[in-house]
Amino acid sequence: MKPAIKIEHISKRYRIGGLHPGYMTFREMLGGVLTAPFRKLKNGNGHQTIWALTDVNLQIGQGELVGIIGHNGAGKSTLLKILSRVTKPTTGEVKLFGRIGSLLEVGTGFHPDLTGRENIFLSGAILGMRRTEIERKFDEIVAFSELEKFIETSVKWYSSGMYVRLAFSVAAHLDPEILMMDEVLAVGDAAFQQKCLDKMHDIRQQGRTILFVSHDMTAITRLCKSVVLLENGRVVCDGEPREVVNRYLSSAFKTGASREWADTTDAPGDSVVRLRRVRVRNESGETISVVDIRRPFGIDVTYEVRQEGHALVPVIEFYNEEGAELFSSHDANSEWRRNPRPRATYTSTVWIPGNLLAEGSLIAHASVMSHFPSTIVHAYERNAVAFQVVDSPAGDSARGDYIGPMPGLLRPLLNWTTEQNRTDGQ
Amino acid sequence: MDLQTSKGSNPKLHQAQSSPTVRQLKSETKSSLVTAEAERHSLIKSEEAGVQLNLSELWSYRELLYFLTLRDIKVRYKQTLMGVAWVIIQPLTTMLIFTLVFNRFVRLDAGSLPYPLFALSGLLLWLFFANAVTNSTHSLISNANLITKVYFPRMFIPAASVAAGVVDLLVAFLLLIVMVFYYGITLTSNLLLLPLFILMMTLLALGVGLLSAALTVKYRDLRHALPFIIQLWMFASPVIYPASIVPAGWKWLLTINPAAGIIEGFRASLAGDAFNWKQVGISAVITSVLLVCSVYVFRRFEDTFADVV
Repeated sequence: MKPAIKIEHISKRYRIGGLHPGYMTFREMLGGVLTAPFRKLKNGNGHQTIWALTDVNLQIGQGELVGIIGHNGAGKSTLLKILSRVTKPTTGEVKLFGRIGSLLEVGTGFHPDLTGRENIFLSGAILGMRRTEIERKFDEIVAFSELEKFIETSVKWYSSGMYVRLAFSVAAHLDPEILMMDEVLAVGDAAFQQKCLDKMHDIRQQGRTILFVSHDMTAITRLCKSVVLLENGRVVCDGEPREVVNRYLSSAFKTGASREWADTTDAPGDSVVRLRRVRVRNESGETISVVDIRRPFGIDVTYEVRQEGHALVPVIEFYNEEGAELFSSHDANSEWRRNPRPRATYTSTVWIPGNLLAEGSLIAHASVMSHFPSTIVHAYERNAVAFQVVDSPAGDSARGDYIGPMPGLLRPLLNWTTEQNRTDGQ
Repeated sequence: MDLQTSKGSNPKLHQAQSSPTVRQLKSETKSSLVTAEAERHSLIKSEEAGVQLNLSELWSYRELLYFLTLRDIKVRYKQTLMGVAWVIIQPLTTMLIFTLVFNRFVRLDAGSLPYPLFALSGLLLWLFFANAVTNSTHSLISNANLITKVYFPRMFIPAASVAAGVVDLLVAFLLLIVMVFYYGITLTSNLLLLPLFILMMTLLALGVGLLSAALTVKYRDLRHALPFIIQLWMFASPVIYPASIVPAGWKWLLTINPAAGIIEGFRASLAGDAFNWKQVGISAVITSVLLVCSVYVFRRFEDTFADVV
């Protein structure tokens, strides 16, 4: 595959500390000039430096849709800023093969006092379009934004939704060979986001390269063919989305799809029960970190009963990334629920049906309790396992062939019926 | 194959005649391929790579200068209640005040021009210069949102402020025309050089503006010093007084001040007086050197704008 972007040994250093983050005052500079000959005698000059990126090497092929993920401060935005030439790397080089369009923000160059029409030209020019090109695409841009009626109105009177629509429309018509985006999809209403995703599809269909920075793991796993994970300014993982996303989640929640306590003394629990293992599994028993929204999957809890005579109930609670509890589930069925157990190791599995959960990152807390005679929590592990639920573009999940974002904590596949009523004339 | 020499007595005349078109076509496709390749391929170098002037890049972005200037002008006139009137009111009132002081309170000999016209011609150029420098100094900081989000030659931001100032100057020029007719000044062929002095003042404003814009991003307190510097500079220039009243011991100040030669030259082309070519020449040289240095400093600082602004 021909490369579109070649990143070679990129590092970026920022100065921090001192009274001001970046700039200094003229007085300081004058003072600095006077003390410069003596500065070497002191230790340092009061400025600390941090490396936002360290020796990043990447090659992105033409026509690839690559996602960049990482925690806040991992260097994602710095990398995009370097690639879009907003800032220069401290060391290293980037080769770009093709016209670059970068969208680090929606509405770059918009001025509130100018009309929609004026802003289309201004923003277009700032993003690198020629005037003739903007003139040629003008009607298309306006039609895409659905703001025909307001195009002669100052954008300060626009609602934020209208503003975003106009801004994205300009950007969507940039026609770059390499498009870089920084979470711009996080704005606008659902219908417009759908439109943006469609546009991204189009751009990809035309064989253009897209680089996409996001916190939205679901969008990343659904859209990208390859994902890069940045951690502390370094590329730690680069490859197949599921793998990389799993790596990200495991560092985000300090846990992955499987958790094991080899040493009983360290394991969560008391003198009655100790946890040994918690894992996410598919129907054939393999540990999985990415769950297909349509398929049932299980969570195994393996625990050791160290004292006999207790009736034990394993419990799993499900939380989403925002910390909202989706539901909790405990064993209310099995033959063991009321019966005191002999000392042994047990594995209980809760099965979650397909087409129930919404896509996203989920975290499960695992515990083992006894309800009778009183409620006692014997073993409890918060954030025991984390996994990613990914919706399918195939059309047989609850989203059907709609590819935009869907709200809600759950996404059950429900039955719909539609009957044709008699028309008025009959 | 060497077609040029085979032309003439050669039996392959027909071929030789037709070949230029073929060759032209070939070279055209080749050159378009080369430009396509040049566009397709770009290199981002590190900070260590040093300063590159990259003038061809400025040229390729030239339309942006137009749009940024247009924005500056539109925004200014949309925001103010009286719009375009401000451009006239500022020099008019300043002229009236100085006329009152230097023509009524103190009798000042302004040479061949009546004092109000004398003051106005100096003030038009000076106010243009002062506003252009002030606006371009602040321009980078007030456009920080652009600088941190998208790449384009940053030089166009202060340059657009200066260009917008030129438009204001041309509007304010109407006032000067009215005054010239009011006082019945006879215009001479000197007037043909008037645009030259406007151009020189523009380049001077650009030179000072670029420099102070670049330095202000790094050293913020410079913008507090700026109004003071500009005011001192005005009194060191023959804006409201003629250069002729400056004592011999102080003449050097006017000589090294490029604004002085430009303002005097502007007046001379209006009044039909003889030009002080030596002074104009020195101003031109200083302005050019300053502009080149400013562009260099600006390019040098440019890379870090996004990090510190």
